[in-house]
Amino acid sequence: MNVHPNEVSSGTVQDCALSLQGLRKAFGDVVAVDGVDLDVRRGECFGLLGPNGAGKTTTIEICEGLTVADAGDVHLLGLSWKDAATELRQRIGVQLQETQLPEKLTVEEILRLFRSFYRKGLAVDETVKMAQLEEKRKARIGTLSGGQKQRLAMACALVGDPDLLFLDEPTTGLDPQARRHLWDLVDQLRRAGRTIILTTHYMDEAEHLCDRVAIMDHGRIIALGTPKQLIASVGGDHVVEFAVATKGEVGPQDAKTLTAIPGVQGHRVDAGLHQLSVVELHTTVPRIFASLAEMGLQPVEFRTHSATLEDVFVGLTGRNLRDE
Amino acid sequence: MSSLTDSSLFQLTVTRFKLFLREPEALFWVFVFPILLAVGLGIAFRNRPADVLDVGATTTQLAQALGADKGLRTTVTDEVQGAHDLATGRILLLAIARDSGVVYKYDDTNPDARSARLLADRAIQKAAGQKDALTSSNDLIHETGARYIDFVVPGLLGMNLMGSAIWGLGFSIVEARQKKLLKRYVASPMPRWQYLMSFLLSRLLLLTIEVLFFLGFAKLVFGVPFRGSLLELGALCVLTSLSFSTLGLLIASRAKTMEAASGLMNLAMLPMWILSGVFFSATRFPALLQPLVRALPLTAAIDALRGNMLQGMNIAQMTAPVMVLIAWLLVCFGVSLKIFRWR
Repeated sequence: MNVHPNEVSSGTVQDCALSLQGLRKAFGDVVAVDGVDLDVRRGECFGLLGPNGAGKTTTIEICEGLTVADAGDVHLLGLSWKDAATELRQRIGVQLQETQLPEKLTVEEILRLFRSFYRKGLAVDETVKMAQLEEKRKARIGTLSGGQKQRLAMACALVGDPDLLFLDEPTTGLDPQARRHLWDLVDQLRRAGRTIILTTHYMDEAEHLCDRVAIMDHGRIIALGTPKQLIASVGGDHVVEFAVATKGEVGPQDAKTLTAIPGVQGHRVDAGLHQLSVVELHTTVPRIFASLAEMGLQPVEFRTHSATLEDVFVGLTGRNLRDE
Repeated sequence: MSSLTDSSLFQLTVTRFKLFLREPEALFWVFVFPILLAVGLGIAFRNRPADVLDVGATTTQLAQALGADKGLRTTVTDEVQGAHDLATGRILLLAIARDSGVVYKYDDTNPDARSARLLADRAIQKAAGQKDALTSSNDLIHETGARYIDFVVPGLLGMNLMGSAIWGLGFSIVEARQKKLLKRYVASPMPRWQYLMSFLLSRLLLLTIEVLFFLGFAKLVFGVPFRGSLLELGALCVLTSLSFSTLGLLIASRAKTMEAASGLMNLAMLPMWILSGVFFSATRFPALLQPLVRALPLTAAIDALRGNMLQGMNIAQMTAPVMVLIAWLLVCFGVSLKIFRWR
């Protein structure tokens, strides 16, 4: 972890854990990945964030050597799939989105099986402990909860002691508590200096776990940076949301008035809900009230929140992540 | 742990074996079902003492003459009632006294009725004073090896080897594909050939148990003969199982759902259940069908097993069925490797 996440470097292919150039992939008429360039540094936890169908899984599966790209270069750890597939499979760990491990095997058995695939790796005991499945090591996989199964899948990815770990939607379908539990696990791995590339459509997950995030939409990367940088790009740390009472309609002129309020960085309306990007809440909110009163508008449902990656996505695409 | 138990091929094989043993339904079909079938057929087709044949006679005199033969059970009846009994199958033959002698009324397309005709005529002729021109006596045998159960046990063995190989491989592979487990394996450094090899190895392991169990039962309970070399019998079982395993592999190489795989498996196995002579000799099918019947792997397998067990032939005398099995093995394996879909 000697590379600072904020440092923008253009390292060579050799320095990068992962390097993608001009990646393209189409399935029939559907272009899943449409020209992706990306560098992931060693020791970094990198997130691919985007709605379903944005091309995250296709991108990550190309990186994992499961899908062949139509065009573009892929280098992992300085190696390419064309020249060093066997070597690469030894050095990466993979968790796929929908793998169902055999229900009638025990936790220990499946880990021992996966361990046998790798020349070197972690002891089965160690991975069981890492995934916090000590109590379940003799239990059949069919009896595990969703969160435990997901941690086991992660343990299977870790058992070869990978230099590069791919996690595809690791928390999709888990309840909030199980998600938190998995986050802790990823956090530990990240602090231990592992290079992790994960995809997610939860912005809070990307924000919480990732050193850097690439936001994908329609097969392209539309924003790239640390969560902080991306949020700052919205133009304010806070978002003020309100609707107005049915009588008063906000015209274009009024929208201009709102944007003109000192401290307001941007304005958009979504289904009658106004959103203002705001730098400083305590000075700006009174001005917004005053301004609304001047226009004769009655605000309802007035609330504020800290800007998130969701706001970044909304700002860039005009759509909500969860709409998809 | 030694390096053997650490090796991926060992682990894959052990895993496959464990998964099979943890599937109670599979255990039933592989071990219990063939034995139930053998018991059922053994009971249904057990060799009974020669049947006593029911006949009718129109006079007491005739009935007395007929009664001298232990193979006949005679009732006295009139012609009208006798005709009715014949029509309903209560008697096989009606002996009618006429002035000119005796008339036998019977259906000459029924083998039992023809036997009754021979016995009845002999008894009546004897009673009338006929003498044997030549002294004759009987030496009765009930030979094992010629019974139906002896015929059907190699058939059931072949059928069982086919079923367990095709179901075992086909279902496991398609399930793994459907659950994206194959894809997960491909993303790991596991050598792909080892995955397929682990199926064959665990199959061989199971085969040993399965064959010993079934044939041991057949030997103990029915006294089924083993006239050929046991070593060669083992080799034939291995060859049969491997041929069907590769057929299972071929069936599973593309199917994406269990339903599709299930349909394909039945499509492959149904003609063989019918045509390959499990329950009756495959030579009964018309000559036109014979080339097809002979080319089926199950026909070849059963022919070879029967040749070994019942006729005591060695493999050199059975090159045709053995070559058919080897050809299926090579072709199915070659094609599967080409078209196998890992995801």
